Amino acid sequence: MKILVTCKRVPDTDQKIHVKEDGGGIDDSNLAYVLNPFDAIAVEEALRIREEYQTNDEIQIVAVGVGVADYESELRTALAMGADRAILVESTAIMDPWTVANTIAAVVARESPDLVLMGKQAVDDDANQTGQFLAALLQWPQATFASNIRFGGLGLQVARETDQGIEEIEVPLPAVVTADLRLNEPRYASLPSILKARKKEIEIIAHTDLQVDADPKLEVLSMKSEISQRSCVMLDNVNSLIEIIRP
Amino acid sequence: MKTLVITESDESDIRLGSLSAIAFAQSLPEAQLDTLCVADVFGENPTADSHAAVIAAAVNQKSYELVVAAATTYAKDVVARAAGLCGGSMASDVISHRFDGDQLLLDRPMFAGAVTATVTLSSIPRFITVRASAYNPVERSIVDNLNSLDTESLDVDYSDVPCAHWKSLASRASHRPDVTEAKIVVSGGRAFKSTEDFERLVGGLADGLGGAAGSSRALVDAGITPNDLQVGQTGKIVAPDIYIALGISGAVQHLAGMKNSKTIIAVNTDPDAPIFSVADFGLVGDVYEVVPQLIAELNG
Repeated sequence: MKILVTCKRVPDTDQKIHVKEDGGGIDDSNLAYVLNPFDAIAVEEALRIREEYQTNDEIQIVAVGVGVADYESELRTALAMGADRAILVESTAIMDPWTVANTIAAVVARESPDLVLMGKQAVDDDANQTGQFLAALLQWPQATFASNIRFGGLGLQVARETDQGIEEIEVPLPAVVTADLRLNEPRYASLPSILKARKKEIEIIAHTDLQVDADPKLEVLSMKSEISQRSCVMLDNVNSLIEIIRP
Repeated sequence: MKTLVITESDESDIRLGSLSAIAFAQSLPEAQLDTLCVADVFGENPTADSHAAVIAAAVNQKSYELVVAAATTYAKDVVARAAGLCGGSMASDVISHRFDGDQLLLDRPMFAGAVTATVTLSSIPRFITVRASAYNPVERSIVDNLNSLDTESLDVDYSDVPCAHWKSLASRASHRPDVTEAKIVVSGGRAFKSTEDFERLVGGLADGLGGAAGSSRALVDAGITPNDLQVGQTGKIVAPDIYIALGISGAVQHLAGMKNSKTIIAVNTDPDAPIFSVADFGLVGDVYEVVPQLIAELNG
């Protein structure tokens, strides 16, 4: 069995994001990057599946990134956590969820995984589209916003977080599953495993070699920073608060 | 613009968010609206795989140029898949729009709301989910009028799509409105130590004000509140008339879900908590002391 896990490189969420003065994008001069937190959850889930279900039939975990050469660092994070190998589809082109989904579909065609695990969204563009696009392109069933995954029945039993509560669905494989916050808490890689990960293979594929025929559909024209204009009136006592909220 | 609005209903009535999606669609020039509630089509296997196939078939057969829905977990799941079946031209969580000539410009938040990006979609059909709190809902009578027009049947075969199978929904019975639909939202954070305390204090104040009870991520993670109460970047986005944040420190991810509320009131023991930077009124205090007094005043 093979599990493909997608890994996006995103600015660390602990820093302030500033837009360039000309509004042409974010100021990335001093940004630190991390593996997208939702993708880290997806990697962790793949590891837990391997730990729980691996028998004589080996479960192989392949981390995939699509982007610039710097992505290697986030793929090394996935390898240090325990992924077996990694693939970087290298490109400097501006991509949207559609081009990324098409690129991953091309990787799926080469790798033939039984399951693709992804974060439900990337915390930079917050699009929440790539997993659904990929499932549509592959014509595979999807289970988005997963908060629990077990093998059973026709394939997977997945609990999904919805606006109405927790939904349970049964998903035949192969399938695309996207991870929500409460699926698990990702492990920190130990120093030995970080060192070991340096020796693991990262296969580099030039994006042009995949012959992905998909232009971006979403173009970002400009950006601006959102800064709170509010000034807070501090109240002295509960009675003043009651005056404000009393209907 | 030939537009299909994907609506959702709540037992008997159309959801408020869908009324906001209709408002967005109606504001476009030469709006020509049809509505489709896929859940009405079939109930036995309501998963994204089959629903998206139905939406894509409708778009192809009727040549819709635009598909609109409110950015709920349903639309994020289903409409995004339908967009993937129809060429991947999609913008999610749109909060405002305008035209530059005949080019439709869409504003959408990124980086947990720290940035607003103006985007365009290059190909038709375009799929757009709108943030319900950013568009005033249309009157329900408008929907009744739309529905009184011809209802058309489409023949859709999705039998060759491998589908997930729906098993169950653990829906929490609540007498309170949904956080996305209430005019007043009272939310609790890490300060609350148990489900009972949350229910008595956050729930009690929400009931006293006729509002909804919401929660920060910390309480959902701790199992104190259910996931559908979570307000934030990855939970529900709200913009009520009054948002009362009780014992919530104000992580960026939480602020992303509520900072556009009309009036924000925060109670926290830490005078430096970031929640005060987005609040209109603040009180430094312990929610276990402040909230019982508020409830007593309201009930007295």
